[in-house]
Amino acid sequence: MRFLDLLRFAAGALRGHRLRTGLSVAGVAVGIAAVVALTALGEGARRYVVDQFVALGSNLLIVLPGKVETTGAAPFGGVTHDLTIDDFRAVERLPRVRRAAPLVVATDTVHFQDRGRAVPVLGTTAAFAAVRQLAVASGEFLPPRDLDEGGNEIVLGMKVADELFRGANPLGQVVRVGSWRFRVVGVLAPRGRSLTFDIDDDVFVSVRTAMRVFNRSTLFRILVDVRSHPEMQATKHDVEALLRERHRADDVTVITQDALLAAFSKILDALTMALVGIASVSLAVAGVGIMNVMLVSVTERRAEIGLLKAVGAQDGQVLAAFLAEAVLLALGGGVAGVALGAGAVRAFVSFYPSFPASPPLWAVGAALGLSLAVGAAFGVWPARRATRLDPVEALAGR
Amino acid sequence: MIRLDDVWRIFTVGDAEVHALKGVTLAIERGEHVALVGPSGSGKSTLLHILGCLDRPTRGRYTLEGREVGALSEAERSLIRRNRIGFVFQFFHLLARLPALGNVELPMLFAGVTAEERRERAARTLAAVGLSHRAHHRPDQLSGGERQRVAIARAVVMEPAVLLADEPTGNLDRAAASEVMELLEGMNARGLTLVVVTHDPAIAARARRVVRLSDGEIQGSGVRGPGSGHDTTPTGTRTTVPDPRLGGG
Repeated sequence: MRFLDLLRFAAGALRGHRLRTGLSVAGVAVGIAAVVALTALGEGARRYVVDQFVALGSNLLIVLPGKVETTGAAPFGGVTHDLTIDDFRAVERLPRVRRAAPLVVATDTVHFQDRGRAVPVLGTTAAFAAVRQLAVASGEFLPPRDLDEGGNEIVLGMKVADELFRGANPLGQVVRVGSWRFRVVGVLAPRGRSLTFDIDDDVFVSVRTAMRVFNRSTLFRILVDVRSHPEMQATKHDVEALLRERHRADDVTVITQDALLAAFSKILDALTMALVGIASVSLAVAGVGIMNVMLVSVTERRAEIGLLKAVGAQDGQVLAAFLAEAVLLALGGGVAGVALGAGAVRAFVSFYPSFPASPPLWAVGAALGLSLAVGAAFGVWPARRATRLDPVEALAGR
Repeated sequence: MIRLDDVWRIFTVGDAEVHALKGVTLAIERGEHVALVGPSGSGKSTLLHILGCLDRPTRGRYTLEGREVGALSEAERSLIRRNRIGFVFQFFHLLARLPALGNVELPMLFAGVTAEERRERAARTLAAVGLSHRAHHRPDQLSGGERQRVAIARAVVMEPAVLLADEPTGNLDRAAASEVMELLEGMNARGLTLVVVTHDPAIAARARRVVRLSDGEIQGSGVRGPGSGHDTTPTGTRTTVPDPRLGGG
């Protein structure tokens, strides 16, 4: 028997029972749609987090004071030596470091005329924009300048600019932080998501000015942009060695993006697999549905099976014909399910546009493969029952 | 061409043994037209199933065209059914979802004949049974007589050596029955061996030879003289031994 003839024969039998065929296809479709949609959401969650890290800068090392053994969570703990501007200068000069930025953070209210908004004020240098890959919507970022000079320039996050200036052009305007006056030189392009800070709701001033305004002598963080990704570990060791020598103690923590990213990635992969596992349950239910339908079909079509045997169909051919029906049912459900799942994900994304969910290609392939396997696995038993029928009894139609 | 030597068919139902055939010995020559008659449960259907390789003798030898087929594997027997044997049933057994042409194509489908050749041969065979104009009608759009003619076309499309018909007119009115029998006799006249199971004396009377079964045994086998109109076989006693798998009749 030719393969195409086999498929046509099986499809013809399925067309004979449209309602039953439709229902079992729908059963598989729901299972496959669940697999596709849930993997899309799981993958979306993973990509969302990865994007957050990329937004931080993919070659980023973060140096913070204090020693904590754990990586993978934001460390905090007892400070023995603070990070200083001189530490920063030393780090910046390391050979594998492309650029570095110091960071001082305080929260204060920024005033423009009678409006005020309490926001994180970040003291840093011009390099910060490059290290954190920030884009400027208008004006420019903090001007490059010697570390010891202060300067009264301020750069606003998009949200701060919107709230304070209500659509007016902030460039060149003067805002106040406490009793200090700053001239707005730039507004950042909207960034939205970032793990640590909402960049849109921050303002930036030069590091020396921030230390003076907030009466700080030490740095909150040093951000290091490593020359190339493969040198991350080496650079991390360089930084640790340098600061150990300078502090005469092992009292800073250097965390890499990769460590955090790997930890999150692992968690989210587990999440995705859990979701797929849940979806697979519905697929198994659909498989049992197919088995049920095929068993009913075999019982109903005893006379047909008897006839096929009488006209010389071999057992293998009867088996193949019924197995083909089961596989076609499942595959039909698989195709419908992928469409349904993709549609559901699109609908979800239209409600939550910032969530980057789309069914990954491997999931679509796996879903179709899975439906094929379900059809074959759950179709074998009914098909074997068909081949085992005694043709004499089958033809008697009882 | 067909030889049965002391063929027994014994069914086991629970602890009891039912003897459906008791030592049947029978020879049918190429091109014969034989009627198997007998009351319900006399074993004539069981005999036909054994002749058609749908069932195996419990004991005894069945030789078809010189091959002992009772001992062959199931795969080989299905090849014999495909290539050497045609079946016609009382209830037609057409697939309702396929048109007449598709039903006639069915045996060729499993034989792996190409689509074009299938179509061509099925159309030719349908023409031979006078149903070219109904080729694209489904069974439910055909009359009983037409359905049985489609079934006959399906039975002969593989050009078998023997055609086995189980009550082929049992579900037809007199006119349709006569048409169907004329068709079968025409094929028999061109050399096809024909074995008809019937309990209709009028149908049996058309056969060259009548084999009468009763209680699983051949009661008599007579060759009817042409035009005599009378069966020379003694009438068997009425006993009922149903094929227990069929639950009666």
